[in-house]
Amino acid sequence: MTLTMFTLNAFYGLALAMNMFIIASGLNLIFGVLRVINFAHGMFYMFGAYITFTVAKTWGAPFFVGVLAAAVALGLIAFVVERLLLRHLYDKEHLMQLLFTFALVLLMSDAAKMIWGTDQYSVGYPPGMGGAVNLDFVILPQYQLFLCVVGPLIAVAMWFVVDRTRWGRVVRAATQDREMLAALGVNVPMVYAAVFTIGSALAGVGGALAAPRIALVPGMDATIINECFIIVIIGGLGNMWGSFLGALAFGFVVQFGTVLAPNWQDVLPYLLMLAVLIVRPWGLLGRPETGH
Amino acid sequence: MPSHRQLIASAIVVLLLALIPLAGSRYAVDLTTEVLIYALFALSLNVLIGFTGNISFGHAAYFAIGGYACAILLTTYGWPLALALPAAVVLAGLVAAVVGFFCVRLTQIYFAMLTLAFAMLVWGIAFKWKEVTGGDDGLTGIKVPAMLTNHVNYFYFTLAVVSAGIAALWVICHSAFGLTLVAIRENSVRAGFIGVDTRRMRWAAFTVAGTFGGLAGALFGMYHRGMYIENAFWTESANVLIMVLLGGIYSFVGPIIGAAVLHLLQVFTNQYTPYWPTVLGLILLVIVMVLPDGLIGLARRVKARGGRS
Amino acid sequence: MTTMLSIGGLWKSFAGFVATRDVSFELLTGENHAIIGPNGAGKTTFFNLITGHLRPDKGNVSFEGRDLVGLPPQKIVRLGIARSFQRINIYPRLTVFENVQVALIAHEGQQWNLFRPGRSLHREGTQELLELVGLAPEALETAGELSYGKQKQLELAIALASQPRLLLLDEPTAGMSPQETGETIASVRDIVKARGLTLLFTEHDMSVVFGIAERISVLHHGEIIASGAPDAVRNDPEVKRVYLGEHAHG
Repeated sequence: MTLTMFTLNAFYGLALAMNMFIIASGLNLIFGVLRVINFAHGMFYMFGAYITFTVAKTWGAPFFVGVLAAAVALGLIAFVVERLLLRHLYDKEHLMQLLFTFALVLLMSDAAKMIWGTDQYSVGYPPGMGGAVNLDFVILPQYQLFLCVVGPLIAVAMWFVVDRTRWGRVVRAATQDREMLAALGVNVPMVYAAVFTIGSALAGVGGALAAPRIALVPGMDATIINECFIIVIIGGLGNMWGSFLGALAFGFVVQFGTVLAPNWQDVLPYLLMLAVLIVRPWGLLGRPETGH
Repeated sequence: MPSHRQLIASAIVVLLLALIPLAGSRYAVDLTTEVLIYALFALSLNVLIGFTGNISFGHAAYFAIGGYACAILLTTYGWPLALALPAAVVLAGLVAAVVGFFCVRLTQIYFAMLTLAFAMLVWGIAFKWKEVTGGDDGLTGIKVPAMLTNHVNYFYFTLAVVSAGIAALWVICHSAFGLTLVAIRENSVRAGFIGVDTRRMRWAAFTVAGTFGGLAGALFGMYHRGMYIENAFWTESANVLIMVLLGGIYSFVGPIIGAAVLHLLQVFTNQYTPYWPTVLGLILLVIVMVLPDGLIGLARRVKARGGRS
Repeated sequence: MTTMLSIGGLWKSFAGFVATRDVSFELLTGENHAIIGPNGAGKTTFFNLITGHLRPDKGNVSFEGRDLVGLPPQKIVRLGIARSFQRINIYPRLTVFENVQVALIAHEGQQWNLFRPGRSLHREGTQELLELVGLAPEALETAGELSYGKQKQLELAIALASQPRLLLLDEPTAGMSPQETGETIASVRDIVKARGLTLLFTEHDMSVVFGIAERISVLHHGEIIASGAPDAVRNDPEVKRVYLGEHAHG
């Protein structure tokens, strides 16, 4: 592999990683605070991509209006779902929450079929981002470059909000002790609703940003949710920087796997995850579960 | 030992099922065969969920391993059924033992996620190992012994194997081992303090569940004369989980009822509408919001209310 | 008298908070020994360190000459140490009978028997234990539906099913009415005597402590500040200062 090929693949791996991070970080945030594994996250991602398609292609609005529409729509759906249904399930067993999100998957997959049918769609790069940047020894496509900037920006923004603001302190405290927070006068239910909304909006944004680089087909939700699970498990459930690391590992393994072991690139991420878990059962930055 | 009433009731059920082919409807025979296979599949999962309190999200893996292994041994290698079937079941059990070894180090949601991850690895292998599994074309043209090619004969074969499997699971679930598993489900910390190595017990339960899941898968592959990668996908794991929950996890027969109800409902729904996922989604919402202890739990509550008034 | 349990230089801290500070302690075979101390003194942590629920940061614990540090609870209980818990720790959806039966099955190592029906095993032994703690009439009730005091009794029966030589009871009368407390203490004393057990218990009710303990150790901020016969401990100036002083404030 020449330096050019290596750089190009590393770059594509990074772009994939950043796109995956945006999606996985939402899943991870929801798990970290609500302790809910949201199987519908992949579906939110798919809706994000399809909504962007409708807004940008069918209606002809600018691409980034489509991204915004995806974020708002998914946030809104998530907020309504949380307020109407999910909030009644926090005190029940994990299993019930998992099944609930699986019910969402089923209902939304049929809804998607009704709205968009089963055709394959593509969105195309936004104007001004279809080109490439020439660095002499390698030519890097602009849109992927854009993803490499947006991913870290979102990571830093999340870190800032969670670690440096009062609201973030409340969120972090909510992962520790709900009753105590409620006793201190914090509106815990609204914190939960906000977290579910933001996490789901991230899935929508992730889907919208993925739309130019992938084909939009039914079933894309099932693939992405697995990949998100791999990423958050590798990084450590509930740990934001863990997800960032997990996404990087995932991006590089998939990209280089495609080049070096083209038949096995789909299995490699699972092998990577197993390798991590055998050494660190709670993921790279995860902590052993406490209590029983 | 089961009580006399339970034994007689089971015998009557098996006998009634055995009479179904006499009605002459191929449709009824096939449908019953499918329900029997799913009943065994669901029961095997409930060893983990209902009896040990560990939620597996990857039970389809062992179903698929049993199915693929049996199919490959019969077809590619020409083994006789009497060897291929036990070998496939043992293989499913062995893989479950290896996977379980890692999974039981974790608990609760972490355990569930890890079972899912391993199952997706199995799916990935079935998908990519084309020369052996046929990849996404599936493994078709499975050679079953001439005696079993007739659908009525296969029905009786399934009835016999599933009955034996259910009987074996009944004995295991009601044994000293099974009772100790329930104690672990109820309070694993306390179980440790009475001298139970909870991790090893959970490991054993995982292996038992995988073994019987493999048996169900082997029956399934031979019945359909084919195995497909969808059989290993996580949606299949979710499906069997729903069967278990719909029936009720805190009773032995719950999953059997759940399997029958869900499968029949799916078949009938598909006759009228392509939107089975919506129907299933709504069923799930009902389970989650108002029926957390399943149909058996509902029946018990109704009975208790009737008894009181 | 011989030493049954010997603890030396035991430390345990949680995120900077020292719950057990350089504790050394000797328990004599056959004695009834109480650990007392204000709330948060580290009594439950101390029990958790002995029974393998927690691993000490430093120090040694030896039971009849055998090192316990690093052993998991299930191994320690097999050496002859059983315990009850301050917070109810039973199998809520099993019957009272099954709660005890499982403990007997585990004690006999039959948990690996996949064929013998569990509910047919140790019926007599279970019945005996239930009669011993006065729960025979409730045998078929669901354990989680018993009254608080009766669940505490069930805890005791489960612990006894492991046939221990050393019995650790963590606040055996917490949350009980005065009458229940009296009955429980009487029954514990009888059982310990009849079975020749060594008893180590924590307790907040001083009348219970002085009624049953032959020796008392006082734990304060994770340290043992006094240890000895009840009268000596009662008159210890340090204990008076710490214990009574804190009570006066509390």
